[in-house]
Amino acid sequence: MLKTISLFLVLMAVWLLLSGHYTPLITGFGVASCLLSALIAYRMDVIDHESHPIYLGPRIIFYWGWLFGEIFKANVDVAKCVLFPKQFLRPSLFTVTASQKSDLGRVIYANSITLTPGTVTVDLDDDQIMVHSLTEDSADGVKSGDMDRRVTQVMKET
Amino acid sequence: MDLILDIATWVLLLAGSILLIITGFGLLRLPDLYTRIHAGGMADTLATFLIFVGLSLQSGLSLVSVKLLLVIVFIFFTSPTASYALAQAGFVAGLKPKLDGFGAREQPKEDA
Repeated sequence: MLKTISLFLVLMAVWLLLSGHYTPLITGFGVASCLLSALIAYRMDVIDHESHPIYLGPRIIFYWGWLFGEIFKANVDVAKCVLFPKQFLRPSLFTVTASQKSDLGRVIYANSITLTPGTVTVDLDDDQIMVHSLTEDSADGVKSGDMDRRVTQVMKET
Repeated sequence: MDLILDIATWVLLLAGSILLIITGFGLLRLPDLYTRIHAGGMADTLATFLIFVGLSLQSGLSLVSVKLLLVIVFIFFTSPTASYALAQAGFVAGLKPKLDGFGAREQPKEDA
C-alpha cells in the first residue's frame, strides 16, 4: 500500500512538471488520472521492488554522478578511436562476472556497461556478462571491476 | 549575463554537434556491426546531453527546462537497452565480431 501511495506521488510530480496548466479543471483531471493509474497498478499487483525502486534513494544519484564522469571520459576515448583507428582500434570480446545478487542489480550493471561508449553488453547469462569493447583501455576499465563494486554498493541492504 | 548564457549555449551546442559528426564518421569508418554500435553510443550519451543542456540554458528556469532534462533522463534509460538489443540480435544471429590480436583467445566457443 505504501508503494502505491509513493507511486501516486511520483506520477503526480511528473504530471505537474510536464503539464504547465494549473486551472482547477485540468489539475482535477490530472489528479483523477494519476489516482486511476495508481489504483489499476495496485489491482494488477505490478508494483514491486523492481518496477518501483525508490529504496535505492540517494545512493543511485551519487552513482549516476560517477557514471556520468565515466561516460565523459569514454566518449573522448571513442572519439579518438574513430579519428585514429590505426592507433587505438583494438576490439575484443570477453566475459566478466557480475557480483550482484538481484536481477535489478545485474541489469543496472549491464546497462551501465552499455551506456559507457566503448563497451557494449552483448549477452547476459545468469551472472556472466559478455562484453564487446572497442579499445584496450575501455576493456581494462570493465575488467578492473570498479563499476561492478559500485553497483553492488548501490544495491546493498536490499 | 545574456551574453554569457549565449556563449555557453553556443559552446555546448557546437561540442555536441562535433561529437555527432564524429559519430557519423565512425559509423561509416569502423569495420563491423559491433564497433559501429560503440560509435552510435556517443550520439546517445554525451552528444545528446550537451545539446539538451545547451538548449535548456536558453529556456532558463522554466518548465521547458524540466522537460528537456527529463528527455535526457529517458534517453539515458532507454538507449543502452536499444544498443543491447542490437548487439544481442547480431550475436544470436551468429555474426562474428572482427577481433584483431588482442583478446582473440577469449572468443566464445559456442557457434550460434
